Amino acid sequence: MPTLDQTTDEILKLAATHFKVPREKLAPDDDFFEKLKIDSLQALELLTRIENHFRVELPDYEMQGVTSFRVLAERIQSRL
Amino acid sequence: MKKHCGQALSWEMTDGGVELVLHREPLNEIGSLTLDELERFVEELQIAAGQASSLIIYSTLPQGFSAGADLRELYEKGCKLPTEERVVGVHQFLERIHRVLNVIDASPVTTIAAVHGVCFGGGFELALACDLIIADKMARFCFPELRLGLIPGFGGIPRLKRDLGNAVVRDLLLTGRSFNVQKAQAIGLVSQVSAEGEVLRVARSIAAQIGKFDRHTSVTAKQFIKPIPYNELRREIEIFCTLFARPAVEQALRKFVESTDRQPYLP
Repeated sequence: MPTLDQTTDEILKLAATHFKVPREKLAPDDDFFEKLKIDSLQALELLTRIENHFRVELPDYEMQGVTSFRVLAERIQSRL
Repeated sequence: MKKHCGQALSWEMTDGGVELVLHREPLNEIGSLTLDELERFVEELQIAAGQASSLIIYSTLPQGFSAGADLRELYEKGCKLPTEERVVGVHQFLERIHRVLNVIDASPVTTIAAVHGVCFGGGFELALACDLIIADKMARFCFPELRLGLIPGFGGIPRLKRDLGNAVVRDLLLTGRSFNVQKAQAIGLVSQVSAEGEVLRVARSIAAQIGKFDRHTSVTAKQFIKPIPYNELRREIEIFCTLFARPAVEQALRKFVESTDRQPYLP
């Protein structure tokens, strides 16, 4: 099982690729709504991308209130 | 069937296949405009059914298939009226959308929903009226109605129950969670998964295959295996209208429409 840091890094790469921003501009504790300038539907796109990558299912209600990549990674870790 | 280009929908028939395109921005919300055009479409579909073997429904909007019912219109048109008038208006709308979806559900042509991105609420219910749902890897499905104090009103529960069973309906309905295409395929909702951006190509390939079969046999097979749950559909309209009369729904709709929350789509 990957570590939390590894999962966070994977999520940062996925977000950078999906939203076409340089990976180095994203940090684990960034608020992804603000940093990526995304809305709720785009957040669901990110969730779908992450679920597909990690082959897990994360109910979107578990994303309620989650804004940082690191906390999102913690939620994913709990499903691996 | 004549080619039609409307404000919300377009359709045309080529090589024995009908294609219905959803293109009302922002995300194919189903309100009065879309319903008017859907009614015109199903009239023409019934006439064209003798020459057509398949129908593909898809969206050209990048974010997805459909976000569902037009909640803004529902709030702005409906919630300013006295309760009785509001319920009558919603009842009439539901009767009309049910007639449309029942025609698609029972159509003698083989119907395919080609889904990408968001497929929520009423959009999900439109897809459920089809014989097959094909989806790309980024598709996402959801019945979010409970967060508004409602149940799905376009026939989603009876059709999902018919196709997948009560336990699946309870899971999706009572949690209100959205789910991805892997889950959708695992539970039998989605029959084929395509790469991103390839769902229409896959749907057209299926339509071409369907076109090779004897129409009478295909129609007979569909009638045999796909009963329309008319009684439950009627009951759904009544339950929806009863719930819609409650003040909690007006409050929830107002909250949704006026929300500046970054996550209004999340339950």
